Amino acid sequence: MAEPNAAIPIETLRLENGLRLTLSADRTAPIVAVNLWYHVGSANEREGRTGFAHLFEHMLFQGSEHVAANEHFELIQRAGGTLNGSTWLDRTNYFETVPSHQLELALWLEADRMGRLLPAMTQEKLDTQRDVVKNERRWSVDNQPYGSWWERLPALCFPASHPFHHSLMGSMEDLSAASLEDVTTFFRTYYTPDNAVLSIAGDIDEDEALRLVDRHFGWIPRGNGRPPLADMSVPEKFGTWLRELVEDDVAVPRIFLVCRTPVFGSAGYYAANVIATMLGTGRGSRLHETLVRERQLASTATAFTFDLAKGTDLLVVDATARPGVAVEALEQGVADVLDELRMNGPRDGELARALAQTETDFVTSMQSSGDRAEQLSRLATYLADPGLLNDQLARYRAVTDDSVRMMASDRLGPDNRASLLYVPRTAGLVS
Amino acid sequence: MSSPVITHPLPGPLRPYRFPAFERTRLPIGLELIIAPVRRLPLVTIRFVLDVGARLEPRDQAGIATLTAASMAEGTARLDAAALAEEFERLGGALSSYATWDATHVRTTVLSSRLGNALSLLGEVVRTPAFAPREVERLKEERLAELLELKSEPRGLADERFGSSLYKRTSRFSVQEGGSERTVRSLTVESCRAWHDRQFAPSTTALVVAGDIDADDTYRLASEKLADWQAAAPATVSVDDTPANTSRTVRLLDRPDAPQSELRLGHVGLPRSHPDYFDVVVMNAILGGVFNSRINLNLRERNAFTYGAFSSFEWRRDAAPFLVSTAVATPVTAAAIREVVTELQRIRAEVPTADELSLSTSYLDGVFPIRFETTDAIAGALASLRTLRLADDFYDTYRERIRAVTAEGVSRAANQHIHLDRLQVLAVGDRTQTGPMLTDLDLGPVTIIGDDDE
Repeated sequence: MAEPNAAIPIETLRLENGLRLTLSADRTAPIVAVNLWYHVGSANEREGRTGFAHLFEHMLFQGSEHVAANEHFELIQRAGGTLNGSTWLDRTNYFETVPSHQLELALWLEADRMGRLLPAMTQEKLDTQRDVVKNERRWSVDNQPYGSWWERLPALCFPASHPFHHSLMGSMEDLSAASLEDVTTFFRTYYTPDNAVLSIAGDIDEDEALRLVDRHFGWIPRGNGRPPLADMSVPEKFGTWLRELVEDDVAVPRIFLVCRTPVFGSAGYYAANVIATMLGTGRGSRLHETLVRERQLASTATAFTFDLAKGTDLLVVDATARPGVAVEALEQGVADVLDELRMNGPRDGELARALAQTETDFVTSMQSSGDRAEQLSRLATYLADPGLLNDQLARYRAVTDDSVRMMASDRLGPDNRASLLYVPRTAGLVS
Repeated sequence: MSSPVITHPLPGPLRPYRFPAFERTRLPIGLELIIAPVRRLPLVTIRFVLDVGARLEPRDQAGIATLTAASMAEGTARLDAAALAEEFERLGGALSSYATWDATHVRTTVLSSRLGNALSLLGEVVRTPAFAPREVERLKEERLAELLELKSEPRGLADERFGSSLYKRTSRFSVQEGGSERTVRSLTVESCRAWHDRQFAPSTTALVVAGDIDADDTYRLASEKLADWQAAAPATVSVDDTPANTSRTVRLLDRPDAPQSELRLGHVGLPRSHPDYFDVVVMNAILGGVFNSRINLNLRERNAFTYGAFSSFEWRRDAAPFLVSTAVATPVTAAAIREVVTELQRIRAEVPTADELSLSTSYLDGVFPIRFETTDAIAGALASLRTLRLADDFYDTYRERIRAVTAEGVSRAANQHIHLDRLQVLAVGDRTQTGPMLTDLDLGPVTIIGDDDE
């Protein structure tokens, strides 16, 4: 029987052009995942171009010098693979999971668009993807109850000058303003091998994989260095209780209550993440037990960390009111749960239960080659060391009742809260 | 330094893959045991699969299977709700208990060293749920709250209401699994108890265990923990899965000022046992299943009407919906529907090209191993063998049967199983802007439907 603590094989190296590569072999099934993170996200957008990093991600599926528009999808799906990309505040990722004998195809496709995107870019493709993205905005934000929380929450939690403050999805106006010249500049500045990490997990021979990576990515020239971001640092705590009330086309109130917590990968992060589990993972968690089961103020109540690596992380409580419960009562209920933990610390056995869940979740996610490659890219990008994957469980196990108590007492108080409160539009406003 | 490679590389040698071997046996009590040892990481998924689906429900009790399954996670005769949740957390697992159209599933995934304890606890949940009135009432109120919330969520609302476009009002299938406001209100603790007493029996239950385990140990554990379970087999039931409409209709649910229209187009499809299954699966992939499908390339990449559009045949024991699903900008609502109709006509009229066919067959063939990376996915697949009455060699022969589908087979499947003459359209969107357009489409009478969820 395999040991829960058995190390995952991890090999790292750097190509001459600065591309960082992580290999993790697991030959139990003929599957391999390729995962490429570019260290660029909405935080890098210039003024008047909100939403551009994400629009640009769409353009990466519109072909490159030797690949036609949508051929990337075609070739990977024809090979029996799955693929996608996603944009976040500070990174953009592209990933494929393919049968392992198709590894080279996935590498070639990623390399062609990293090295030779621009010859394939046209005004027509940009116009089409701009419209697709505007429809994505309507679908995920404008025509979805509470859909604006993705942009309102960072806006509330970071000051206006901060790179995380503005909308990732972007405004319709800024999307309309994006030009082909923006595409060229953004590509040359950020889509360079020295601003990317590549992770390959699954059924590989390490030497062969390295040879293929070098063959396809080795020729791509290094970039000119990325321009510095505005200062990301913010005070450890809000220093007050921020509140924003939003009237929306929703049936019942919902609250997002946020605390600033230590950044991803820091010693304090693990304690904050364990607190999020205690508060809001599963039917035995405090929020569920108190707000859903006992007091019946909420129909759902969960908590999670954003896992931001710069400035501050955010611990978010997300609770939806039962019909008839006022938003003030819901907010007070959430505050009561935070106060209870903040003032009295963890109960007997509570930490052990949270750690047992975290351990199962971690091992479960390691089954998927795609998840494994994604975690490696995250650690390589944010902490410069994918080998930390094998230390994650030890870091969680190092969390003690005392460190939970101290973290809760320091960070869950009224001097470090931001409430984003959604309420149904008042009757007079409904058409 | 190397130079760019300008043509796409050829694949290396294919490595073989086999769906994990499994054993199907029966305990003396009649319960079926399906065991799949998968030695990769020290995990095990344990899943009870009971032939207790929403399909068995009387129409007036729609939602009873879902409410019962949810209530089972809220305490047993021995442990109250909080104690049961804590017990699972101590094992590092999360208990998941829910009903689908065809089955009730009760499952968890834990480190394999905890197999015995987790199996005991799951068995306790299946056999001796407490149905504490306070918990059952709360879950009922939560379902009602969910129905209320749906009224402001166009996407979920369209999914929830499309069944009533397809099936007769008297059919169980006209209302979603969870039940409507009217039927859920009528459910009680007693109805959950009675449902559990009447429907749950070892002879209609399978226990699936997949992961880092020994088959003999698992058999012994299951025999020990479940030996004294006795209950009579429930009566069998059939559902009316015939279409409500033999001609075309358009229904519009008004959402004033909505920036998009949520669209669902389709009709009653096929039961899973239909012999054309593989032809239909490939046909659907070409039509609207893969990214470069006809429908997605048309609506998203050519016309930029939407963020995405796809089609699907749902598979259940009874005839389940075929539908095309998308959300489009309000002004192009009618244009988008017209393009979908064009693609439905084209898949019937035009035999797919060799490229179209091979894209879909090689995708479905190649992606097969990727679908089963986790113990939970493997256990889910084994559960389907049972709930959908599939042959034991279904997964072993799946890939060759996909590869054997021909262009003629696809075309024949489209002609036999896509019915434009009884196409049902549901739009959730702004009535003022879309109403006149929908009438001009000439796809049948346009009815404005209200918020009442039946």
